[in-house]
Amino acid sequence: MKDVAVVGVGCVGFRPVTPELSYKELMFEAAMRAYEDAGVNPRKDIDAFITCAEDYWEGFSIFDEFVPDQLGAVLKHLFTVSADGLFGLITAYMLIKTGHFDIVAVEAHSKASDILTYEGIVNFAFDPIFNRPLGGHPYYVAGMEMNRYLCETGTTLEQCAMVAVKNKRNALANPHACYGANITVKDVLCSECQFYPLKKLEISPLSDGCIVTVLASEDVATKLTDKPVWIRGVGWCTETPCLETRDWGRAVYTELAAEMAYKTAGIKNPVKEIDFAEVCDMFAYKELQHLEALKLCRRGEAGNLVEEGVTQRDGELPVNPSGGMLGMGYALEASGLQRVLEAVLQLRGEAGKRQLPEVETGVVQTWRGIPTATGAVVVLSK
Amino acid sequence: MSEKIKEYPGHRIKTADLRAGLVPLIRYKPEAKFAFSAGAAMSRFLEELKNGRILASVCKKCGRIMVPPRTFCEICFKPVDDYTYVKDTGKINTYSVSFIAADASRVKEPTIVAVIELDGASPGMGILHKIGEIDWKEVKFGMRVKAVWKPPEQREGAITDIKYFKPLKEGEE
Repeated sequence: MKDVAVVGVGCVGFRPVTPELSYKELMFEAAMRAYEDAGVNPRKDIDAFITCAEDYWEGFSIFDEFVPDQLGAVLKHLFTVSADGLFGLITAYMLIKTGHFDIVAVEAHSKASDILTYEGIVNFAFDPIFNRPLGGHPYYVAGMEMNRYLCETGTTLEQCAMVAVKNKRNALANPHACYGANITVKDVLCSECQFYPLKKLEISPLSDGCIVTVLASEDVATKLTDKPVWIRGVGWCTETPCLETRDWGRAVYTELAAEMAYKTAGIKNPVKEIDFAEVCDMFAYKELQHLEALKLCRRGEAGNLVEEGVTQRDGELPVNPSGGMLGMGYALEASGLQRVLEAVLQLRGEAGKRQLPEVETGVVQTWRGIPTATGAVVVLSK
Repeated sequence: MSEKIKEYPGHRIKTADLRAGLVPLIRYKPEAKFAFSAGAAMSRFLEELKNGRILASVCKKCGRIMVPPRTFCEICFKPVDDYTYVKDTGKINTYSVSFIAADASRVKEPTIVAVIELDGASPGMGILHKIGEIDWKEVKFGMRVKAVWKPPEQREGAITDIKYFKPLKEGEE
C-alpha cells in the first residue's frame, strides 16, 4: 500500500483573543497558507476535506455545515471528525490509504475566546447522574490525576514545575506561541495552587487559532514537494470514561495508542528511533505522564529527564520544542495539530531559531482533555 | 415479549408520574453562553445596517456581488476585492408560511419567511427575512419587496434593524 505524507501546513495564531476575526476568517487564512505551502488549488486538486470540531465548543449545531466556504470545499466532499485534530489527520491518512483519495485537507481551530462559559461547557462532558451534581470547577480531575501520578511514580512537584519553565521558555522562540515567558521553578511553585497539587502556571491557558494541513498519497506528494513529511504510524485509544474506575496514575490510552502507532511504523525501540516528541502538556505533569506512556523512558523516569535537561531543546530527547500547550495555549481541537505543525517544521528544517539539529523522526501525541481518557499518537519521518 | 405473558409486573409510568417526581430523573440546565466575533466583513455589514444600508462584497475574478458580505470568495477561493452597497429592494426567490411558533404551538397570525434576491447583488444572492404588510395568500414567487427599517435611533447593528420586507406596488421603487 502507498505511503501518505504531510505536504502542506498553514497556521494562524495562536493568540489569547481574536476579536477582529470570525472563525470563518481565521480558517480561511490558515487554509490559504496551507494550500500555498502545498502548492495546491483547493477548488481543483483537493479530493476531500475534514474539519475537526465539537459543536458544543462552537456554540452551534452541525458545525461542519458552516465550514465549506472558508476551506474551498463548496460542493466538494467534507465531513466532521468530532475530536482533536490529530484524529482528523489519522482519518485523512486512512482515506488516502483506501486508494480513492490523493489529496485530503484537515482543519482544526479554536475560537475559545468566543466561549463565555468555558467551565460550563467542560462540565457538560461529565456524567450527568454520578458526577455533575457535585459541581465545582471541572479541572479538579487534573488535580486528582496529578496527585495519583506523583504518588505512584515518586515524581516531584519541582519536576512538574520544570516542564512549565522549559515549555514557556521554548515558546519565546516560536512566533506561533503567545504564552512564552522566562520564569523559574520557584515562580511556578509559588503561583496560585488551584487544584492541589496543580499550580496556576502549570495549566495551559486557552488560545485562539487555526491550523490546516494537507496530506497526499506517495506519488502525488513526491511531485508536490521536495520535503514530504511521511506519516509512518498512527494509533488511538480510549479508556473507560468512568472516573471511578479508570487508571489515574498512568495514561493507558496513550500507552495503547503508542503501541499501535509504533507497530504500524515498525518502530521497535522508541528511545533509539525517536529524535524528538511533541506531546500534550495541557497540564505540566501530563507531559511527563505522556512521555512514559510513549515508552520514551521507563515509568517514573520522565521527571528525571526534565530535571537532567534531557528534554530541553539542546538535550538528547527534545520535548515540545514548540513550547507545547503551556506555550501555545490550549487551542481546543487544534491542540493536536499544533504538535503536528511543529513536527513538520522541524523535520523540514524550517523551525527557525528553535530548529533541532539532525532530526529524522518525531512522535506527536494528543489527549482530548478533561474529563476524557482518549489519546492519539502519530509517528512522522523525513 | 412472549405471548404467554398476559400480565406484566409493576405499573405503567404516566406523564403525571414523571411530573410528580415519582421516577428518578436528573435535571440539568447547561451553562452555555457564547459571544460570536462577527469578523471583518460581518462587522462592517452590521455597522452599515445602522445607517440603513446593505453592504456587499465584490469578487472581480468571478464578478459576483455577494450578500451576505464576506472577506473571501468561496468559489474562487481568494480574498474579495472590494465592498459595495446593494439596494434594500429585491424579489422573492422562495418563501414559506409558518403557522407553528418556536414552542410548537399553533399561531393565529402566521410568519411569512422568504429568501429575497436583492437588487444590485448577483442572481441568487440576498437576504433571508420576514415578509409583512401582506396576507400570506397573496405572496408570489418573484414578487418585488422593499425593506422596512426600524427608526435610526432604534437600530443596534443587527439583522433585526430591518423589521421585515413589504411588497412594492407596481411602479414603486
